Amino acid sequence: MMKPFHNLMASVVLGLTVGATGLPAQAETPPNMLVIANRIDDITTLDPAESFEFAGSDVSRNVYGKLVNFDPLNLDAGYGPDLAESWTVSEDGKTITFTMREGVTFHSGNPVTAADAEFSLRRAVILNKTPSFILTQFGFSAENVGETIVADGNTLSITTDKRYATSFVLNCLTSTIGGIVDMKTVMANEADGDMGNTWLKTNTAGSGAYSVASWKPNESVTLSANPDFYLGAPAMKRVVVQHVAESASQRLLLERGDIDIARNLNPDDVKGMADADGVGVHTELRGRLMYISLNGKHPVLSKPEVRTAIKYLIDYEGMQNSFLDGQYTIHQNFLPATYLGAIDDAPYALNVEKAKGLLAAAGVEGLEITAGVREAQERVEIGQSLQNTFAQAGIKLNLVVGTGKQTLSKYRARELDMYIGAWGPDYPDPHTNAGTFAFNPDNSDEAGATGLLAWRNAWDTAGLTEQVAAAVVEGDRAKRQAMYESIQREFLETSPFAVMFQKIEQNGTNEAVKNLNLGGAITAVSYWQITK
Amino acid sequence: MALAEPNGGGRPRAALFSRYVVVALKTLLSIAVTMSGLLLVTFVIGRVMPIDPVLSMVGESASKATYDAARESMGLDKPVIVQFFYYFRDVLQGDFGISLLNSHPVSEDIKRVFPATLELATLGTIMGIVLGVPLGVFAAVNRGTWIDQVARVVALVGYSMPIFWLGLMGLLVFYGILGWVGGPGRVGIFYVDLVPSVTGMILIDSLLDRNWTVFKDAFSHIILPASLLGYYSLAYISRMTRSFMLEQLSAEYITTARVKGLPERTVIWRHAFRNIRVQLITVIALSYANLLEGSVLTEIIFSWPGIGSYITTALLSADMNAVMGGTVVVGLIFVLLNIFSDLLYKVFDPRAR
Repeated sequence: MMKPFHNLMASVVLGLTVGATGLPAQAETPPNMLVIANRIDDITTLDPAESFEFAGSDVSRNVYGKLVNFDPLNLDAGYGPDLAESWTVSEDGKTITFTMREGVTFHSGNPVTAADAEFSLRRAVILNKTPSFILTQFGFSAENVGETIVADGNTLSITTDKRYATSFVLNCLTSTIGGIVDMKTVMANEADGDMGNTWLKTNTAGSGAYSVASWKPNESVTLSANPDFYLGAPAMKRVVVQHVAESASQRLLLERGDIDIARNLNPDDVKGMADADGVGVHTELRGRLMYISLNGKHPVLSKPEVRTAIKYLIDYEGMQNSFLDGQYTIHQNFLPATYLGAIDDAPYALNVEKAKGLLAAAGVEGLEITAGVREAQERVEIGQSLQNTFAQAGIKLNLVVGTGKQTLSKYRARELDMYIGAWGPDYPDPHTNAGTFAFNPDNSDEAGATGLLAWRNAWDTAGLTEQVAAAVVEGDRAKRQAMYESIQREFLETSPFAVMFQKIEQNGTNEAVKNLNLGGAITAVSYWQITK
Repeated sequence: MALAEPNGGGRPRAALFSRYVVVALKTLLSIAVTMSGLLLVTFVIGRVMPIDPVLSMVGESASKATYDAARESMGLDKPVIVQFFYYFRDVLQGDFGISLLNSHPVSEDIKRVFPATLELATLGTIMGIVLGVPLGVFAAVNRGTWIDQVARVVALVGYSMPIFWLGLMGLLVFYGILGWVGGPGRVGIFYVDLVPSVTGMILIDSLLDRNWTVFKDAFSHIILPASLLGYYSLAYISRMTRSFMLEQLSAEYITTARVKGLPERTVIWRHAFRNIRVQLITVIALSYANLLEGSVLTEIIFSWPGIGSYITTALLSADMNAVMGGTVVVGLIFVLLNIFSDLLYKVFDPRAR
């Protein structure tokens, strides 16, 4: 009974002595191990049918195979075969039949079959978790999945409620919810008819390059390489993502060689790292947009001249070149650069005199508005810049800074005059943003379409809703692209949204790290192609 | 003539036993009432906060149907009084519910994060006591001299320097430049999960496992944040010790002791210091309790997954199960420290028995 205590006491003196003499810091990370510092406190679940956060998507992309997927070494190529080797589309354009790849196994050793794919997609629809809309928008429901998602031998057929652009459907299947789970393992852990949801929240059952060895919330996620990964065993046998909230701490860890990648460096730390030996900066354009929006219920802000005036009262360049330097680039429309149909028109720049003229034409004087903003530093700084430039045209802007939840609750209830916020695409298809910024079939309060940004701002879209609905079913890729370009040009002029910036992600990296890909604007990070 | 009882108090043993039982019952009742009150207050605060726990679970893209289903599954569609009853019942069974943010049972999370804070705060408090008490005594004994001035400056810096800045500077100098200590995190990435978790405190677990490598690494990681907390603890303890000592040193019994020719060391430590021990216990207990729940910034800077940052993150994300679970545990710690202080009073001060 006393042995552990004796061990403890006998060891304390030794340990303290060794500790007091000073200990060397760790050397470089091992060549077959990737160590990342990141903010991972947003991971709420590991279940691909439920996961919908950035850090969760990072895990999922490396753990779960999908029917179709992106090649991290060639994102521009778009989706390609993954667990489905090929697919065909029916003449009416409503049914896509996938032929499964042979010889792929889950981490459990079970073979990946069409039945697993059928189970995974049906399960995601039936569970009806947050990201389920990505699938249910095609008409799938708990009642009809028995007929619409069907495995037959080595093939899986999915039948949508109407014809959609094939690229739209397949792009959606590349998102996290398209992850194929190991049916036998999941159902062996089912509880109370939950289709394994409780178990999969904290465990994984995939066929991807990695399996989750451990997840300690707000602490770390450790991934172990899958030696049987069908694309070949990853070079990094272990990937450890450590939760490090502070940029300065991430930079220190990187410069000391204790980590390979720092995911959340602020501009000062990126600049400060310039002279450090053995580290570099990896830059990618991501899908996140920073925007402001004006509530259509406001008697003054609903006037077209006022909307336009406000777009001229934003110091886009000033912000880009000062506190957002290196973190955001000017982008003025709802489709992030690199998306199909994205345009780079940027007609607005700070022009106080023009704005004053527009306000005068609208008969507006002494306008005072209140904007909701989350307490994130960059958003508050954007708010302060807007306060300054708005004041030059006689508009008093009051900022109400709150937690994300507080601000969002008011925004969703259509209670804010103005919102300063960010939006990240849900899946890598133009409809993801078109369907929320420019789509609002019922603008009444009763509609309660809180998921639509247009509805939150009480904007009826002035005919864009119909154009968006037409674009999403257009099968011809070039025509579809042209439709989104047209929608955005109109959006730029008429909408109550002033999209300002697109996110640039700057990661500090150990120079030994090769082939890093964060997923660009369309997907999440992948580790299997990385070497050191 | 009746014989006196062997305990010398003339008090029957049974009566003494029953007195202890009464005291124990009163203490338990006090804990129960305090904790029930704390549960109620935390629950009410959780419900009146202008944030939406459902939204934090389902995210802003969720449809109304998904939102409503989640609200129902969380029991938020039931009357508040019913919700409190269920919560109270579950807590009595040690069940704080599931964290909305990470899907883990809150009790498991607390079991993981609390030992991390306990380890850090305990080491910090020990440093604060070992350095702060002598510093306070010397400052009082040498009142007005340079020693007193140095002690004052040390404490002032400890009070006034932002912990965020001091922590980052410490990391930069001792980890970044000199490489004397480990970086952020409880242990180097190569040593994670290498020793079985018995207490959850890596220093102790590695010693129990006789794994000196992990112990050395864990020590190199904890020494800097613990020193930082220890410094803040030192600042408080040393100033209070000085104040208590000055009061004693001006008392007549000290003058008498000096007139009697007792050595100065005896006068200071055997006479004056003995009389401030009870007051010091209160100060140390308060300082310890503050470190146990108030070291959020230190935990953030050093990526220390403790209960302070756990509760803060949960609060900002409207994860009320986690907030309430964490608050109840911190409340319990305060209550237990209070009881422990009372017991120590009785040991050091016969008048309190």
